[in-house]
Amino acid sequence: MNAGLLVALAVLVPLTGAGLIALAGRWPNLRESITVVTALLLFCVNALLAVRVLGGEAPALHAIEPVEGVAFAFAIEPLGMLFGLVASFLWIVNSVYSIGYMRANGERHQTRFYVCFAIALASTMGLAFSANLFTLFVFYEALTLSTYPLVTHAGTEKAVRAGRVYLGILISTSIVFLLTAILIVWQQTGTLTFAPGGILQGKVSDTLGLILLAMFMYGIGKAALMPIHPWLPAAMVAPTPVSALLHAVAVVKAGVFTVVKVIVYVFGLDYLQNLGGSEWLLYVSGATIIVASVIALQADNLKRRLAYSTVSQLSYVIMAAALFTPMAVAGAVLHIAAHAFGKITLFFAAGSIYTAAHKTEVSQLDGIGRRMPWTMAAFGIGALSMIGLPLTAGFVSKWYFLSGALDARSVVTICVIFASTLLNAGYFLPIVYRAFFRPAPEGGPHDDHGEAPFPIVLALSITAAGTIVLFLLPQLPLALARAVVGG
Amino acid sequence: MGEHLPILQVILPLIAAPVCLLVRHAATCWLIATLVSWFCLAIAILLLLQVLDGGAIRYQLGNWVAPWGIEYVVDRLNGFILVIVAAIGAVVAPYALRSVESELPERQIGLFYVMYLLCLAGLLGITITGDAFNVFVFLEISSLSSYALISMGRHRKALHAAYQYLVMGTIGATFFLIGVGLLYMMTGTLNMADLAEQLKPLAGSRIVHAAFGFIVVGMGLKLAVFPLHLWLPNAYAHAPSAVSVFLAGTATKVSLYVVLRFIFTVFGFEFSFVGQPLGPALLVLAVAGIVVCSLVAIYQDNVKRLLAWSSVAQIGYMLLGLSFATTLGLQAGLLHIFNHAIIKAGLFLAMGCVFLRLGSCRLDAIAGVGRQMPWTMMGFLLCGLSLIGVPPTAGFVSKWYLVLAALEKGWWPVAALIVLTSLLAVVYVWKVVEAAWFRDPPGTAGRIGEAPLVMLVPLWIAVGANLWFGLETSGNVDVAKAAAAALMGAVQ
Repeated sequence: MNAGLLVALAVLVPLTGAGLIALAGRWPNLRESITVVTALLLFCVNALLAVRVLGGEAPALHAIEPVEGVAFAFAIEPLGMLFGLVASFLWIVNSVYSIGYMRANGERHQTRFYVCFAIALASTMGLAFSANLFTLFVFYEALTLSTYPLVTHAGTEKAVRAGRVYLGILISTSIVFLLTAILIVWQQTGTLTFAPGGILQGKVSDTLGLILLAMFMYGIGKAALMPIHPWLPAAMVAPTPVSALLHAVAVVKAGVFTVVKVIVYVFGLDYLQNLGGSEWLLYVSGATIIVASVIALQADNLKRRLAYSTVSQLSYVIMAAALFTPMAVAGAVLHIAAHAFGKITLFFAAGSIYTAAHKTEVSQLDGIGRRMPWTMAAFGIGALSMIGLPLTAGFVSKWYFLSGALDARSVVTICVIFASTLLNAGYFLPIVYRAFFRPAPEGGPHDDHGEAPFPIVLALSITAAGTIVLFLLPQLPLALARAVVGG
Repeated sequence: MGEHLPILQVILPLIAAPVCLLVRHAATCWLIATLVSWFCLAIAILLLLQVLDGGAIRYQLGNWVAPWGIEYVVDRLNGFILVIVAAIGAVVAPYALRSVESELPERQIGLFYVMYLLCLAGLLGITITGDAFNVFVFLEISSLSSYALISMGRHRKALHAAYQYLVMGTIGATFFLIGVGLLYMMTGTLNMADLAEQLKPLAGSRIVHAAFGFIVVGMGLKLAVFPLHLWLPNAYAHAPSAVSVFLAGTATKVSLYVVLRFIFTVFGFEFSFVGQPLGPALLVLAVAGIVVCSLVAIYQDNVKRLLAWSSVAQIGYMLLGLSFATTLGLQAGLLHIFNHAIIKAGLFLAMGCVFLRLGSCRLDAIAGVGRQMPWTMMGFLLCGLSLIGVPPTAGFVSKWYLVLAALEKGWWPVAALIVLTSLLAVVYVWKVVEAAWFRDPPGTAGRIGEAPLVMLVPLWIAVGANLWFGLETSGNVDVAKAAAAALMGAVQ
């Protein structure tokens, strides 16, 4: 099949799916089948593309040029390919999970939910495959807008307020900083196209380079660098499948993906290595890792704890990228995939607990592992991956990250990695301990439950297994990660 | 036939109006108005194509030679404006059928089309004529008919709004007439091309300066330049829906065209921008208008009023492009005239559909309407995104050129302001979206259906135009560029 057509399909398949889902709104079974089929098709498209990318091709599509020199164009490179693969694979699992979750909890407006979900995935694909900053920006905003209805899904006062925080932070940072930075890049270099080695070298003064770096890092609000992270905990009011796929994978990974993409393909590693003063990013992301972990340590609400863990893990990616060495950037790329599998498992488990036991707080989880062994075992695997222990995907990316830090002789980074590993253990292991080793309280409400519905258990088992498979067989993501840094 | 197109452009609606008055039968009048609007669009497009091919067309009325007789001139600039006006007319006319039927008493419907045709003739006439006094004549035709159109609004407040507009509009027209009178006194001619020649040696004359002031301020009133805009929000909010669409898409644009024609062609770039501080003055007014009116729009609870305030703010963007006094800035301004016409037409078309079904455009009344009228509100959303300036819509393209023009001048704060004020547009568009989709309908409301096809199709033509001109921009950008270059080139 023509490569350009495949690229177009990556965006068109989920969009068409969204339309069909809307039309099938009256027949829930048909509607959900369309969601799953669309997700499967999208993954097939991604797989076909991945074969080409691994073969050294760069599938591209120059769609249309609204303004002279600024085009809607797509060009797939390894980083985007990895992101596309991960997101589209997890969408299949998430769709299965959503069916179980949304039905079991009797949620309203399910058609809107599935439509927005499909649009969000279309935006994610467009973002992952964009060939220039302009295209990326368009899909970045589309992703924000399409996920807003999902965040405010419940329609309660609290959800609407959270939606305002979500939209307010993401839209204002992206327009004020990101768009302005893009305009400056256009003004200074006359191009917005991503290129290996960057496009800024020799085109901007050092001061402007530093200003641009700051504008990009804080313009990409989806990467949740402190202090612009509050939208992420706020977004947790959404139904759990949303938190799982969008606020652990698609949206937040779109953020760090954009960060890595900008660092590698707009600034260029060489340029940043020689740019004095760019270490601040290391410190800010390091501080985000530690502070977010400390907040997570104190959070009793399970989803809130997971959200702060995400904030912290996102900054792993940023910090790894901020070392500006090929090895560390490879670690950053791997971590995008590794964290996705681990964190979606954790959220799936949280949603499973909510569905079966209606429990949301960590302190309520005593002894729950005996009633929900599959769920809590999967949770345990996800937790191990977050900590970065062997047999889970988290270990692989952390290994590369640490090697990169040693290469760069960055003491700060090494200290942060160790401290954060301990903190991760500190806020995840007690949950596992409670679930399996503490006795369940006598006579509590809702303690007559068993496991969650089958689709939920199936989904979280698949992602937990995926976390282990990625450790045992990391060749595919490794090949893509190496290709990003050209090694 | 071909060479008579310029006069046909105006005479066709002008004759159709009294014909409608004689017929009076509602459906027949509608048919006449629709056909005439479509013919006008066809003529406008033919004229623009001719101009793009072979340069300006000069048409002598009744073969009276130019400085004495009235002359119609079509060049790239007004060819472009003619197409905008005629296109909006062609979209509004079919739409009016159901909209007007539901909002006006039976006996007024025929009169509505009479007034509409007169207004169309007036606006096209202002645009096409090459004679300064003729501008005034057509200005009065279009103004008087629009006062009547606004007063037809269902609510009593429409009368007040029309009266307010009448007072302000008359002052504006009078100022304009005084200005033209002064010019005639100094030069003895009313033909624009001739005026331009005769005025060159008179650049130092205080009377010419006074004439310039009267004309710019007078048209500024009609154009609703901040702070002369107070008539506009009421007029747009209380007029019948179809009238809001038509006026929002055309009236202010034509007034802006007159300003451009006078400052560039008649007075000349040197006189306007170098001889006096027109640039900085426009810049200040534009910026103040954009900021203040966007903020006011946020606090409106009637969507039509909200859109009206947003229109005043958007006029600010057009003037901003003009105030740069560069070809790129002018191009951005012209492009925004075009893009804003299709954006605002689309938004008001959507609100007309809502008004048809709900009888109100208040935010609390439209709560939850998105689920009941999905096509209408989807159209509103897409045009709203265009208003904000989100790619891939038309609004993005003009904002992009506007920012580029600001950067070209090195005016960083202005570029930042354009981006930041887009955020204000996000807020007021989002208010409507949130009400329509994320709030539950008021308990009293029964089930309502989608708007009729005869209204949805015009709406989606506007929506399609917003998307089309956001993606395939070579057509309108090139025309705007050529028109801007012609205006700047003629004088530099």
